[in-house]
Amino acid sequence: MDLYSVILQFLFSGITIGSIYTIVAMGFSIIFNATDAINFAQGEFVMLGGMLAVGLLSFGVGLPLILVFFITVLMVTAIGMICELLAVHPMKNPTVINIIFVTIGLSILLKGGVMFMWGKDTVGLPTFSNPNPITFLGATFLPQAVWMIGTAIIIMILVHFFFKLTITGKAMMAVAFNKRAASLMGINARRMVTYSFIISSATGAVSGIIITPVTLMAYDKGAMLGLKGFCAAMLGGFGSIPGAIIGGFLLGIFESFGSGFISSAYKDAIAFLVLIALLLFKPKGILGKK
Amino acid sequence: MKTTSIEQKLLSKRKIYLGIAIFVLIMFLFPLFIRNLYYLNVLIFVGIYTIAAIGLSLLFGYAGQISLGQAAFYGLGAYASGVLSTKYALNPWVAFVISILLVGVVAYLIGKSILSLSGHYLAMGTLGFGIIMNIIFVEWYSMTGGHSGMVNIPNLDIFGFKLNNDIRYYYFVWSVTAIIFMFSFNLVHSKVGRALRGISESEIASEVLGVNTSEVKVIIFVISAVYAAIAGNLYTYYLTFLTPDIFGFKFSLDLVIMVVLGGLGSIWGVFFGVLILIILPEYLRVLKDYDIIVYGIFLIVIVLFLPGGLSQLRTSFVQRFKVLRYSPRGPE
Repeated sequence: MDLYSVILQFLFSGITIGSIYTIVAMGFSIIFNATDAINFAQGEFVMLGGMLAVGLLSFGVGLPLILVFFITVLMVTAIGMICELLAVHPMKNPTVINIIFVTIGLSILLKGGVMFMWGKDTVGLPTFSNPNPITFLGATFLPQAVWMIGTAIIIMILVHFFFKLTITGKAMMAVAFNKRAASLMGINARRMVTYSFIISSATGAVSGIIITPVTLMAYDKGAMLGLKGFCAAMLGGFGSIPGAIIGGFLLGIFESFGSGFISSAYKDAIAFLVLIALLLFKPKGILGKK
Repeated sequence: MKTTSIEQKLLSKRKIYLGIAIFVLIMFLFPLFIRNLYYLNVLIFVGIYTIAAIGLSLLFGYAGQISLGQAAFYGLGAYASGVLSTKYALNPWVAFVISILLVGVVAYLIGKSILSLSGHYLAMGTLGFGIIMNIIFVEWYSMTGGHSGMVNIPNLDIFGFKLNNDIRYYYFVWSVTAIIFMFSFNLVHSKVGRALRGISESEIASEVLGVNTSEVKVIIFVISAVYAAIAGNLYTYYLTFLTPDIFGFKFSLDLVIMVVLGGLGSIWGVFFGVLILIILPEYLRVLKDYDIIVYGIFLIVIVLFLPGGLSQLRTSFVQRFKVLRYSPRGPE
């Protein structure tokens, strides 16, 4: 392979993995906008999506993949809502630090719960369509990658229109902009927090299901996916949806080139190195508000 | 008014020294009554964790700067010492000192840049640093031995007196812990300590009052890293082998839970936080790997019902007592 196709290959795998980071990063940003805090359990929703889908598929009822997909997303969304109502909602003193701790607690709990249900094995899902790699301009990729990128784009569009067109979305943006003013206008800011958990757990679940056929899934994979999504969100500028998208793809591409040209063993280190470097020069991220 | 406040200060200082003296005495007498090596082993770990957790408490509880990457310094101290004393055959004490100096320098450089961040950004920056260090411990095979770890680390000795069994090491660890306690209490009650509390209240206000906040933050960051490195060294020379999984996010998180459980801004609280978090898993052994479920619930319950940590229990108890005492004249 010549350098051109190698670069194309890395670029493509960077965009593929970046699309997942993008979805996770959007989840972080949505909750951040509603609560001013970060949800450390975000990665666990992704893991939960993958694990639950595998669990349902091997349930023996013979559910088709498409049905498994929707049931899983519904269940993870319900779990996200329950988490919010039982752990985040009753907090007497919801400071940033306290929300971080509660969500770290939730993430440990979800991880433990999944381990309890399905054990520690790494599991996979069948690919959504033809599993054979396709060669394109000298680079090869899996059809599942197209599914991943396509799903990410659909979610981006849906989220965009949700915030731009629906009254609930607009209300959430108002709360993100100024909580007190939004409350005075009759928006139930409390309920927006619940909605933000619903949306981000649903998008997390979707991303979990679509990557499981490629990267496989295990009970402890959520943390790293969550951290990368977090990195992506910060790269682009926390709380900004376009920022999350840019950050996600950038991080994926950096990581892919880093592991290709430098060392794959230090792949995860590269992601964080990029993040720290960027934070130092542009602390609020690429599209961050001042 | 001024004299009374100075008298009060001296009194409170005397009270603190008395408290530390009694505490150290209890810890030193403990092995005389309980000869069970299992308890000594657990308490050695309590001592090691207490040192690292007090470091985090100074940074997080007093100065309000969160760090989710203390394991990096704990691990760097441990590995630097391990590598120097095995691969370079240095005297363990020399390795001990060099590793701490190394961590101090690294923490200074990292702190200088990372502490300009705050809130989530700082949490994430420190977390990222922790992950990078952990990856290095795993991947730098020629130095650290990778996943299979590092063995044959020599024991520490004091003029030929080898610290090679649990009783001896117990006294060594708790002597170091006692010194750390003394140093920390003095630090908290010094000019730096007041500046720290000022920073955690309002950075701008402290700046206006003439505190060089960025310098104070770096100082406390370095101190907390050095504490973690001391703890890492104590760990290395106790077990005499190292594996990288100890120095991951779990350790950083454990420290944070210990500090929060003990109560932010309370050094005594840290000790009880450590005690509970070390002893709890010993009783959760029956649950095998599922103990993390209990951890998760535990963390949520603390934040929901006891946001001030254990020291909140004490405060509310003392207040209730005072109200009872003064009840004829009405509550204060």
